[in-house]
Amino acid sequence: MPQVTLSVNGKSHTVEVEGRTLLVELLREKLGLTGTHVGCDTSQCGACVVDVNGTSVKSCTMLAMQADGAKVTTIEGLAKPDGTLHPMQEMFREHHALQCGFCTPGMVMSAIDLVNSHPEGLTEEQIRHGLEGNLCRCTGYHNIVKAIAAAWPLMHGKKMAAE
Amino acid sequence: MYDFEYLKPKALAEAASILAGDGDAKALAGGMTFIPVLKQRLNKPSKVVDLAALGLSGIKVSGETVEIGAMTTHATVAASADVKRAIPALAKLAGNIGDEAVRHRGTIGGSLANNDPSACYPAAVLAMGATIVTNKRRIEADNYFQGMFATALEQGEVITSVVFPVPAKAAYMKFANPASRYAMVGVFVAKGPKGTRVAVTGAGQNGVFRHKAMEEALAKNWSADAVAGVKTPADGLNSDIHASAEYRAHLVGVMAKRAVAAAG
Ligand SMILES: Cc1cc2nc3c(=O)[nH]c(=O)nc-3n(C[C@H](O)[C@H](O)[C@H](O)COP(=O)(O)OP(=O)(O)OC[C@H]3O[C@@H](n4cnc5c(N)ncnc54)[C@H](O)[C@@H]3O)c2cc1C
Ligand code: FES
Ligand code: FES
Repeated sequence: MPQVTLSVNGKSHTVEVEGRTLLVELLREKLGLTGTHVGCDTSQCGACVVDVNGTSVKSCTMLAMQADGAKVTTIEGLAKPDGTLHPMQEMFREHHALQCGFCTPGMVMSAIDLVNSHPEGLTEEQIRHGLEGNLCRCTGYHNIVKAIAAAWPLMHGKKMAAE
Repeated sequence: MYDFEYLKPKALAEAASILAGDGDAKALAGGMTFIPVLKQRLNKPSKVVDLAALGLSGIKVSGETVEIGAMTTHATVAASADVKRAIPALAKLAGNIGDEAVRHRGTIGGSLANNDPSACYPAAVLAMGATIVTNKRRIEADNYFQGMFATALEQGEVITSVVFPVPAKAAYMKFANPASRYAMVGVFVAKGPKGTRVAVTGAGQNGVFRHKAMEEALAKNWSADAVAGVKTPADGLNSDIHASAEYRAHLVGVMAKRAVAAAG
């Protein structure tokens, strides 16, 4: 069987996989990291989004083999070891940006990439456009957008540019 | 998904020879179309040849052309200052394909090899008269698209880059399917070295096509009013749960008008 070596949440793993094994299967079934969800399995809902080498990726639409040598971060890798939440997680909590929580891991991972890739500031329109690949059946998105806007200054250590 | 052997060759010649030597071997780019196809068991490849290590990614701008490597992602094209300067309509098109995560993986080469009848890039390539460069030859846009999911590519032929002549004016307008963001109708208008051209995606039963009547109208008078007067027949257009052929015909006119207005 082929092997894949990758770093997940800062820890290196070498895992036997099949050619067809998906990254999300590796994460959930081989490494037990079930925080990454599978909602649609048709590349549309974004529940499976993880960070691969610094960008958000739908892990249900990437082969485990394609992640050979990659640095992967999942929702489990965000909080500090002492349990302190990542600012994005904290703002999701603060702004009630989740109800059932199924979409939340993917939302948070997409949101972090979105904030990181916009150091110049993020408008509400940009946040909504940036979330087009993440579906939520519960919240109506409103509080998610608020949480992301609130996380931006915390993550960039400054005030949000005046809108 | 059926199992397969995963290969990641380091040289284009090696990738091409694996693909040419085995009719069941398939190329893998961003996987945004191919992996869903595999999941549905619509394809049973013997080998999957990942093109990621062939150095096919990158953007080169000269005065008259923009050349984009086949493995360049939609996100890279959308963010490229060079593309934004030379062909802003192309950067904008790339930035509205699918969603963020799809744009991080999906590539221009994959989109063109696949030639989905609702894909965005085929409209840009056809309207600007771009050239598809492969490991074997250069293919003009007018000869490349051969119907739904059909192209001039032969078994084992790998797209290496796409060369766009820089147009004087260009714009793309898409009426997106609200779930997938694919074009229910997309119209790309361009006025440039290859003439005044209008390409329509998302609407035709045979995939992307040139709208000759609109081209003639725009060649005489580049204005939204000129295309507003051109009727688009519903014959040969798609009808599905998202839109009837008649509705799509109407949308072609609306998108074309908006595109010409946006191109200025
Ligand atoms: C949720 C979602 C929304 C989307 N929305 C849009 C949209 O709005 N507009 C749009 O245009 N597209 C859309 N797409 C499709 C997306 O743009 C894909 O990236 C694209 O169609 C395929 O590119 P890829 O790099 O992922 O190719 P892959 O899926 O890896 O490959 C596609 C096909 O092309 C072949 N191939 C790939 N590269 C080459 C090459 N260099 N030479 C020869 N053959 C090659 C493969 O063998 C395969 O048959 C969407 C996809 C998803 C999942
Ligand atoms: S499970 Fe991957 S996009 Fe829905
Ligand atoms: S909180 Fe339930 S799907 Fe988003």
